[in-house]
This record gives sequence, structure tokens and C-alpha cells, in this order.
Amino acid sequence: MKILVCMSNVPDTTTKIRFTQENRKFDSTGVQWIINPWDELALTRALQMKEDPAQSIEKITVINVGTAHTEPTLRKALAIGADDAIRIDAEPADAYFVAGQIAGVVKQKEFDIILCGIESSDYNGSTVGGMLAEFLEIPSVSAISSLRIENNEVLINRDIDGGREELTIPVPFVGIVQKGIAKEPRIPAMRGIMMARQKPMEIFQPVDIQILTKTTGFESLPPKEPCKMIEPENIKDLINLLQNEAKVI
Amino acid sequence: MLRGASLQKKIINIYMSVLVFTENWDGKFKKLSFELASYASSVAGKLGITTTALSIGKVEEDELKKLANFGVSKIIDIRNDKLIRLDNQVYTQVISTVAEREKATVVVISNNNTGKAIAPRLSVKLKAGIVSGVTGLPVSLEPMVIRKKVFSGKAYSLVEIKTPVKILTLSQNSYELVPRDLDSVIESFSPDYDTGVIKTTVKSVQKQTGKVILTDAEIVVSGGRGMKSPDHWAPLEELAELLGAGLACSRPVSDEGWRSHEEHAGQTGKIIAPNLYMAFGISGAIQHLAGVSSSKYIVAVNTDKDAPIFEAADYGIVGDAHKVLPELIKEIKAAKSS
Repeated sequence: MKILVCMSNVPDTTTKIRFTQENRKFDSTGVQWIINPWDELALTRALQMKEDPAQSIEKITVINVGTAHTEPTLRKALAIGADDAIRIDAEPADAYFVAGQIAGVVKQKEFDIILCGIESSDYNGSTVGGMLAEFLEIPSVSAISSLRIENNEVLINRDIDGGREELTIPVPFVGIVQKGIAKEPRIPAMRGIMMARQKPMEIFQPVDIQILTKTTGFESLPPKEPCKMIEPENIKDLINLLQNEAKVI
Repeated sequence: MLRGASLQKKIINIYMSVLVFTENWDGKFKKLSFELASYASSVAGKLGITTTALSIGKVEEDELKKLANFGVSKIIDIRNDKLIRLDNQVYTQVISTVAEREKATVVVISNNNTGKAIAPRLSVKLKAGIVSGVTGLPVSLEPMVIRKKVFSGKAYSLVEIKTPVKILTLSQNSYELVPRDLDSVIESFSPDYDTGVIKTTVKSVQKQTGKVILTDAEIVVSGGRGMKSPDHWAPLEELAELLGAGLACSRPVSDEGWRSHEEHAGQTGKIIAPNLYMAFGISGAIQHLAGVSSSKYIVAVNTDKDAPIFEAADYGIVGDAHKVLPELIKEIKAAKSS
């Protein structure tokens, strides 16, 4: 089986978020870019599956929609262990555009399992995976917390609202993964970094996809009131605040 | 000029409603469905059109009528045993059929697991621009611009939807219930759909019983590494039970296997927005705050006065959670009985 892992290139979580051009553009000055944390979990799980011969994974490809500045993120994925990479050379304008671009490539190549993180830590849309599946007219399973192949059958656990479901699904499908799918992401070793330079990276030109939404500006969060400190011996004061000021209990 | 104006009028007349996709639990609506109905009706009010609700599953008339209390004037009632199980592709077909039938210009769906599974597919099917995880009404209608949190809660973005049909997914517990008593009509409907797309086979379903579902909870009690051991969770459980709260934990706690990953609140875990979030022994790493900072009030108890959690908190106690918890439980019991 062949796995495709879709990746977003996002600012490191600890980055201070700033904007330029009168809050119309994200200020990328000094920003450290990383693989979106959920996509990294998806890649980690894909690698674990490939290392287990019983799951018979032939190849892991990573894909990203982005300009050349996102290549280090794809190289990092190769250094961690992906076999090859695809970059679609375009600014990721909105989720519909990104999903449409990836669908265009998937139609030309064959993949059995397409994995997406449930969300990206920049625009927090949670939409690309589902859109991609609809573009491809194939099933999608979201909120996956465990994924394995047993006797050529794909077994999935997923969270539903208020519970959990175990299911099987034939390939091809889009798997949208969340926390639980893998634990710690992997750190590339020196050997991996050296090998990554030799691994293939294919560049695709974008196809014509309409943009349905446009980010027109950004706003900072309103400043927060400082925390009211309560002495541990005055718990009653806290109860009083929660009951009469916050009115939450 | 005249032609343009009449054309525009025609376009406006094509769309007649805001459609809200409701969810029920064994025939009873969850609170989120009333939040969705309230939100959809507010959007409809601004647009000068009406709100239609879609209900799939066996919901009795009395229960359906409750939607009218939150501004719904028409309820599309689809009772089909085959549709009880949620299949993303079938639900996408059914909702898009209803959206077209009801001439919906805005479709409102929850941003929960169900919504996240369906809404993106619907966006492609209807070629409707989507903004997910909204927490408030549009800031403008023509063009439609919505504010939403981005960068894991560190800023807002303003997003314009360029398509005539729009999808908004609403974050849970972010929109107040707005009572609006309307007369409503219930219309039974049996849509056509292709069952051939159902490819998944469900082997087992485990429903959480007896516990408050974390993403639904109005109060959440949460423990971090400062609790020191999984054996120390009893007071947190007692407090949660006392307050009718959900239980959460920080990432190290779930990574260590002290608690199930389902309880992990944080950037890569569950993003929650309860009215009250109580953090015990949680230092407040930026990844944790990304998942809980939308809570309306945060209480933090931590031994380290410099812990970042106090920057996010509204009320703080510098102290040992093990000593504070029993006192807190005692005082809440006393306050409740008085």
C-alpha cells in the first residue's frame, strides 16, 4: 500500500504572532517554520506502519501546497523517513484551493491511504481533509485516534461525539488524524538529514481552482485583565467570586 | 443599470433561508442544537430571511417544536432508520439536497467531530465557501465577513466568503441561547441518496456513559503533572462530580498514560471553551493554553507563582493542589447547601 501524508507548513507554536501592512498580512519576519503538529503525528504513524512488515506499506509520500520557502519542511519530513515529496508550487490561498490542488495530483498518481492532520495550527480550519475526499469522491474518516492494517484490512478507531467507534474501511480513503494516533514525533537523525538530500522532490504546477474565501485582515486579542490572586487560606473568597462575579457556579 | 438592479433582486430572491443542521442524542436535542438554532436565527434576522432546521433521526414532535423557541420557523424532519448511523458521504448528500430544496444561503453546522466530518465535504459539494469555528455573528453581510480565532487562539482573522451559498461552523458553547417564540411547521421529507457510497463497516461503538462529555461541558476540572501521580485523581473526580463538570488533563498526563488521551485538553488534544476551566497543577505551556484559552473564566492552582497559567487565568491560587482541592470541595459543598 502507498500512503500520502498531506502537510502544512506553519509557524512554530511558540512564535509571537505579528502582522504587517495595517494588519492585512501575517508578518513572517524571524518566524521558525515547522510541520503542522497533527500532520507530523500522521507522518509518525505512517512510518511506524511501514516499519512493521505485516502492514505491508510500500512507500510514504509527503505533499505540500506552497512556494519554495516551504521546502525545508518537506526536507524535514524526508529526513524523518518519508520516501519522496511533492510540492505544488502555489500560495495556499484557502482550504478549498489547497484541497483542489492536492486532489489534482492524487488523480494522476495512485495512493491507498491519504492522511491529513485534523487541523492546522495557523488557520485552524479543519477542512482540507474532508474537502479532498469530496473532490476525489472517496470516503473519509475523521478524528482517527488509531490506525493499523491487519490481514490487509484497515482498522480504525475514531472519536465520535460522546464516544468511540471501531471500523474498517477499504482503500482508497482519506484519514483525518488527531491526537492518539502516535505519541512523540520523531527528530531527524544526521543520517536521515544526509539521505533526505538524495530523495526525490517533485514540483507540480498548480491547476486552476477557484478561491471561495479570502482572509481580509487580522486583529489582536483584546488585552486580558490581570489574574486576581487569592490566598490558599481564603478559599471562600474564590467561591464568592465564582458565584457572584463570574456567575459560573 | 436597471438590468443590473433587477438581476441582483432576482439573485436575492433565489435564497430564502438559513439552514441549521441539528444533532440529537437518542431522540433528544443536545444544547448545541439550540445554540446553533439561536445563532442561525440571528444570522437570518440580519439577512431578513427565515430559519429552517434539519433533523435526521427519530425525534418526537414535542422535541422538534423546541427548536421554534429559538427562532426556527420550519423543521425538515427526516426519519429514516438507515440514516441513524452517520456516514459522511450520505449526510453530505442529504444536507446538500435539503439546502437546495430550502434555497439556503447560509448553512450552520456545529464545529464538533460530526461537523468537522461533514461540513468540508458539503463545502465542495455545494461549492460554498466555509468559515469554521466561528464564535460570533458576521461583522458584515455584503460582502459576508466573519471573525474567527486563528494561530491557535493567538489572534483573530477576518474572512470574506465570496460564494452565494456559505457554510459557517459554530464553536460549541460560544453563542448564548436566544429565546424567540415562533410558530413553526414540521415537514416530513424523504430524500433520495446513494447508499453505494457507504464503505465503512462499524465493528463496535463505545458510548461514554455517566461522564460529562468534555467538549459539551460548561465546567471543566483539569489536572496536570503537578498532581504528581495518577493515584491522586480522586479529589479532581469528586470536584467534577460536585460541579457536574467534565474532566480534562494536560499533555504530559495523557502521554504518561495517567489518563486517557480523550481527556487531553490542549493544542493537539481537545480544544474546549467551557464557562469555567479549573486547572490544578498545570503550568500552562503555550500548547495547553491554545486549547483552553477560549474558556470564559479560568481558575489556576499551582505551586509556582511564575507559572504562565496565571497569565491566562482570571483567578489564581499559589498553593499545592493536594491541599487546596479538599478545602475547595468542602467550601463548595457548604455553599451549595446554604
